[in-house]
Amino acid sequence: MNLQFLADGIVMGSLIGLGAVGVTLSYSILRFANFAHGEFIAWGTYMTLILAAAIGTLFGGHTGTIGPLSFGWPLLAAGTAAAALTGGLAIALDYVLFSKLRSKGNAIVMVMASFGASMALRSLLEFVFTSRPAYFTRDIQMAIPVGLGIRLTPDQFFLIFLTMIIVIGVDRFLASTSTGRGMRAVSENPTLARVAGVDVERVIRATWIIAGILATVSGMMLGVIVQIRPFMGFDLLLPLFAAAILGSIGSMPGAVLGGLIVGVAEAAAVQVIGADYRAAVAFLILIAVLLVKPSGLFGVRE
Amino acid sequence: MTRALLDVEALEAGYEPGASIVRGISLKVMAGEIVAVLGPNGAGKSTLIKAIAGLVAKFSGSVTLDGTDITTAKVHELARRGLGFVPQTENVFTLMSIADNLRLAADVLPKASRSGQIDAMFELFPDLARQRKLAAGRLSGGQRQMLAVARALLAKPRILMLDEASAGLSPRLVGQVFAKLAEIRAKGITILLVEQNAKAALSLADRALILVEGMVAHEGPAEAIASDPSIGRLYLGARRLEGTA
Amino acid sequence: MILDLITYGAFFLVTALSYGIICLGLNLQWGQTGLFNVGVAGFVAIGAYTSALLTTPDVGERFGGFGLPIWMGWMSAAFVSGLAAAIIGAITLRLRADYLAITTFGVAITIHLVVLNATTITGGPFGIGFIPRPFGGLQEQSLLFNLANLSLVSGVTAGVYFALERLIHSPWGRVLRAIREDEGAATTLGKNANVFRLQAFVLGSAFMGFAGAIQAHFIGFIAPENYLSAITFQVWAMLIIGGSGNNRGALLGAILVWALWSITGAALGAIVPAEHQARAAALQIVFIGIGLAAILVIRPRGLLGEMTKVSRVLND
Repeated sequence: MNLQFLADGIVMGSLIGLGAVGVTLSYSILRFANFAHGEFIAWGTYMTLILAAAIGTLFGGHTGTIGPLSFGWPLLAAGTAAAALTGGLAIALDYVLFSKLRSKGNAIVMVMASFGASMALRSLLEFVFTSRPAYFTRDIQMAIPVGLGIRLTPDQFFLIFLTMIIVIGVDRFLASTSTGRGMRAVSENPTLARVAGVDVERVIRATWIIAGILATVSGMMLGVIVQIRPFMGFDLLLPLFAAAILGSIGSMPGAVLGGLIVGVAEAAAVQVIGADYRAAVAFLILIAVLLVKPSGLFGVRE
Repeated sequence: MTRALLDVEALEAGYEPGASIVRGISLKVMAGEIVAVLGPNGAGKSTLIKAIAGLVAKFSGSVTLDGTDITTAKVHELARRGLGFVPQTENVFTLMSIADNLRLAADVLPKASRSGQIDAMFELFPDLARQRKLAAGRLSGGQRQMLAVARALLAKPRILMLDEASAGLSPRLVGQVFAKLAEIRAKGITILLVEQNAKAALSLADRALILVEGMVAHEGPAEAIASDPSIGRLYLGARRLEGTA
Repeated sequence: MILDLITYGAFFLVTALSYGIICLGLNLQWGQTGLFNVGVAGFVAIGAYTSALLTTPDVGERFGGFGLPIWMGWMSAAFVSGLAAAIIGAITLRLRADYLAITTFGVAITIHLVVLNATTITGGPFGIGFIPRPFGGLQEQSLLFNLANLSLVSGVTAGVYFALERLIHSPWGRVLRAIREDEGAATTLGKNANVFRLQAFVLGSAFMGFAGAIQAHFIGFIAPENYLSAITFQVWAMLIIGGSGNNRGALLGAILVWALWSITGAALGAIVPAEHQARAAALQIVFIGIGLAAILVIRPRGLLGEMTKVSRVLND
């Protein structure tokens, strides 16, 4: 059996895992399923695209690529700036919409609002950029054999490596910084957190920023290895939710593992039944989790 | 006359406007005192202390801490202002280690004094120090209560408020918790405690208030209340004073 | 000229009222029972395709072609949608409300995927054509055709409306509202609470499928791209703006939002050059999305929603 699907699955799974970490954090701290998370991914990517193009033209279009990768420092710089901007977008959306509904105490209305916001944000992208796919680069990369019949492109290597670094970074942040501790506290018991002196509004802002940053990185990865479209985030929503729920809402390692499982399962499905029904795999995983153990692999919540 | 550390003036509070549970309560706690709030079930003791802690809506009246009005202060600011609160239930972060629970509490202090304060808590609560990496959810009821107290104490409160610290604990554990509270008072920290266990509370406290139906029915020195059988019968049910500790 | 207007008006109302029936179904689920169904498009699609497959004449490579009468198609549409809802509901209604949202979201996506790819069963991206239209004999005379269909659909809508009004004011309806407003009451009812929720969910979805069939037969042609999340979104906007918890609100919202959609669509169609039409359509969605969010923040009960009924859920 050809094991290439494992490699493809891990690459896709890393991307899904990163997005799922953002989802699991915002879900457990803000206590609602944010359908607009997909738009953080899409907006983050389009902002990266614009900024990278701007930087490129600023430097006369000859910025070169980093080693065997398909992109150069403009993309990385643009991505960093876009990540910050997307964090800002998340905070703005919260300020304008979610915060006003939060005090009213019904989480399901926030989900509804997030659905409306996601449609508006996505359609705005469609309006500005049309639904034609865009790319960071049109160059094709050569895949390198890794053994066991698996081949990976340098970009894919980089993506896996970047995911590991970011995941470790987020883990350290949650474990050892005061904001990270505050996030863990609010995730478990917001009232007690307040009593203990945690500024919950600050924690909420930090959560949105992190969600925005992780979403942008996921989107950039997807843009690098596949393509950029207004629906790119929306199409990831179901896999993201499935991964976050599979890994238990609130568990960061769970989200990463869940993402990898979803990614590999999707890749395996493509191998066996073809690419048409790829999106249904995440749905089936979700149903399976909700049937068997709704609290997920690590049973943190519920 | 010295200013009270905690000054509650004609407080009305509750969960729904128009349905006040705390119906016009005034109380003063002087620095260094231990004051107990007693009374039958439903008298509004917990609601009172939660209202002071900012967790229950205040409809009218005022709360002043060392001269500063904290009636409308945000809950998370109160820890910084010197008000420590130990809730009755869900009072530790079960998913975080003992050490992390304390580090969280220390985050309200200036960076320089954080680790010193954490060490001080571990000295005061050696049981917790032994298992500092254990998740708080794995602790026994008594140890959790100690951790909850340590967590509130770490932020160097001027006044420590406890909501039914003895709830769910065996008589021996109640004794341990209250002995710890006496130790804490000896270090100069003022204590306000709401208690169902009147006997234990009165043996620790200097003064006590008895609440009935949201209002103060009686107030006075703890010894006097403890030894007065009529008060016991009227407000507390004589059995409470004799039996449950 | 005036006849053209009447023709268009009738055409417009038929579509608006079919959306109204979908809204009525959604109102039963959300307004009365507090269930958040993000997969409306899926249940509409199930109804449309069921009816189409049962009533269309035989087409070589594709399954179906039973040529059954229209009313049988419509009834089957309601039944199959309800059945699908029963299965989904049995799995997820016992879970938290947002898991139902995510799951129904997944249902709609999966149904769209199946409908798009199972070409031998559903016609794939080419859809299904030649769906028998009510009063098909009048097709050439558009004024009479549209008026006839309008009377049919109005009658059906009125029927659905009054049936739902009876249900809502019956003891069954009161139990639903009690469950929606007081989670505690729901838990003391224990298992029974979920049976009531399931009933509301199935019935609401059945109406959605029914309306899907009505739409399919009126237009005569369906394709997978008719059943994307934009439909779910439009229907939700209709219900929220019109007033959730209120059947009149559901119908008003449907007509109002469909009118806004049609007017802005026509305006953009006239102003915007052909190659940018798709982008202009995206702009319509932007405004409706903003409108929906704004209503949720400013006036959650919508235009007609009563203060007491839904407000404890939306905390007006």
